[in-house]
Amino acid sequence: MIRLEKRRQPSKRWTYLTPPLAVVAIMIAGGFMFWLLGKDPVEAIRIIFWDPLFNEQFASYSRPQILVKAAPLILIAIGLSFGFRAGVWNIGAEGQYIMGAIAGAAVGLAFFPTESALIFPLMVIAGALGGFLWAMIPALLKIAFRTNEILVSLLLVYVADLYLASVSFGALRNPDGGGFPGSRNLQQYPSAANPELIAGTGAHWGVVTAIFAVAVAYVLLNHHRIGFEIKLTGQSPRAARFAGVNPNLIIAVCLGFSGILAGLAGLFEVSGPSGQINIDFASGYGFTAIIVAFLGRLHPVGILLAGLLMALTYIGGELAQLMLGIPAAAILAFQGMLLFFLLAMDVLTDYRILVGKKGLN
Amino acid sequence: MDLSAINPIVLFASLMVASTPILLAALGELVVEKTGVLNLGVEGMMITGAICGFAVAIETGSPALGFLGGALGGAVLSLIFAFLTQVLLSNQVATGLALTLFGLGLSALIGQGYIGQRPPSSGDLVLGLDLMVFLGIGLVALIWWALRATRLGLILRAVGENHDAAHALGYKVVRIRIAAIAFGGACAGLGGAYLSLIRVPQWTEGMTAGAGWIALALVVFASWKPWRVLLGAYLFGGITVLQLNLQAAGVKIPVEYLSMSRYLITILVLVLISVDRTRATLNAPAMLGRKFHASS
Repeated sequence: MIRLEKRRQPSKRWTYLTPPLAVVAIMIAGGFMFWLLGKDPVEAIRIIFWDPLFNEQFASYSRPQILVKAAPLILIAIGLSFGFRAGVWNIGAEGQYIMGAIAGAAVGLAFFPTESALIFPLMVIAGALGGFLWAMIPALLKIAFRTNEILVSLLLVYVADLYLASVSFGALRNPDGGGFPGSRNLQQYPSAANPELIAGTGAHWGVVTAIFAVAVAYVLLNHHRIGFEIKLTGQSPRAARFAGVNPNLIIAVCLGFSGILAGLAGLFEVSGPSGQINIDFASGYGFTAIIVAFLGRLHPVGILLAGLLMALTYIGGELAQLMLGIPAAAILAFQGMLLFFLLAMDVLTDYRILVGKKGLN
Repeated sequence: MDLSAINPIVLFASLMVASTPILLAALGELVVEKTGVLNLGVEGMMITGAICGFAVAIETGSPALGFLGGALGGAVLSLIFAFLTQVLLSNQVATGLALTLFGLGLSALIGQGYIGQRPPSSGDLVLGLDLMVFLGIGLVALIWWALRATRLGLILRAVGENHDAAHALGYKVVRIRIAAIAFGGACAGLGGAYLSLIRVPQWTEGMTAGAGWIALALVVFASWKPWRVLLGAYLFGGITVLQLNLQAAGVKIPVEYLSMSRYLITILVLVLISVDRTRATLNAPAMLGRKFHASS
């Protein structure tokens, strides 16, 4: 008979071991899924995890792409990890990402065609503010009325998505675009563009900000009072209240911080890789970042690695689509499965598995 | 603009049709939450039910089998959640989210060959409405009666209010919860199948468009009472229908803003319901979202 016994403390060893184990498990399960789809499983897994990095033919194109995809994932996931640690569930990062992009792009477009070095910094501030304000809606409603932040933040994603469609057809539409939806391309407007900083690396300002965010999050979590209060609130809300932690402040900080980072991710995306506000701008980064946050164990350095790995599956997924005709949806299911494996393996961290008859306690 | 073109009887009939998917999904989730489990994967189960039901109906030519397939698809998906949260004791919020993400991907994968096809027509109408509408109302009555007046209902509520006491009395907490989760999954799948087979009727990726989340909000709005779920579902159905009618009548509001209304009103309702703090906490099942581990 198999029994579970709760550990007094979560196991340190398993905390580090479970993410790589989950990745191994997803390779096996994913391979099985591709086999069901009638593809060669070994080849599919090799194309997804190996070829983007080391294939002679594709690596020169796909290596820089990994940083481009990883930057928004890491930025958003770092923000989410604060809330997830404290039990504040912001699952509407996708909406904050969209609103940050719209706010930032709107500022940039308002100055078109003036050229000034001040425009891009202004756009960055506007992007952060857009994400922040959108995240403050669930935060304030939770503080004032105890309204469930999970549902409010998620429902606001749909509102943001519709707003995105509305501005793509209306307020931000390119007047010289011949009636097609979508704004002017910011890539072609030097003062508002977020270009590749070092040629051939894919590194744009979003990548720089993501690395910076990892460092800031590390310091905040390990060497600052607010990080301690966030962790305490997550582990024991009651103890936190006795210790004088203001729960409303934690809610505002967690949602506000993740809103800012998601807004920034949106701004760097719209001014860089994507280039314009359009109906198909939302790409699901806000949801994938949830997986990244868990895969990285809600730890800044872990999230950095998890973001890179998840970006790899995006690029590898595109390659697999091209070479084997594996549908894009399969990669989506693949990423969802990864989260299942991770959550399933948490049992090893929190419990001891005992085999044999139950003795007398 | 011509508002007189809106006929109240037709409006009410289409309101009932529009509310049925979220009604079914919310009823399932209500039973799940009554046993103390919070499954945030309703959206994922709904969309999986939508494509499973659609695919079965197309392959067999029978809408009835399609609904069965939808319910089965939702239930099977929910068993992943049940296994993770009840056996492996994973975090319910995170696992529910994972279920939604996985369901969206899986449904898109299954649905690849079905885009643009039309499902077989269900045919039989009673009073101009299909049978599923009445099944939804019947289910409200059944769940209300079962929770209130039967031994089964008492056990379900006991598990949700105090799982340690229920365990001490000898009830199999984990098994009861797994059964409830599967029931919730079947209901959500049925709601999804209704969307793809009758309401739309077509398959498009992501077609549930947040209906699962609205169903979750509905359970909170209803204070975990079946009749109020019906009321809430009609309210949301009414908003959807009114929005479509206003659109058709040519109101000078952009389509996007009209479509936003259902999400914004859901948020508004959530806020209104949470203002009364004592009532909200009194009605919620006491063990909602808590893990149960017998030997601790």
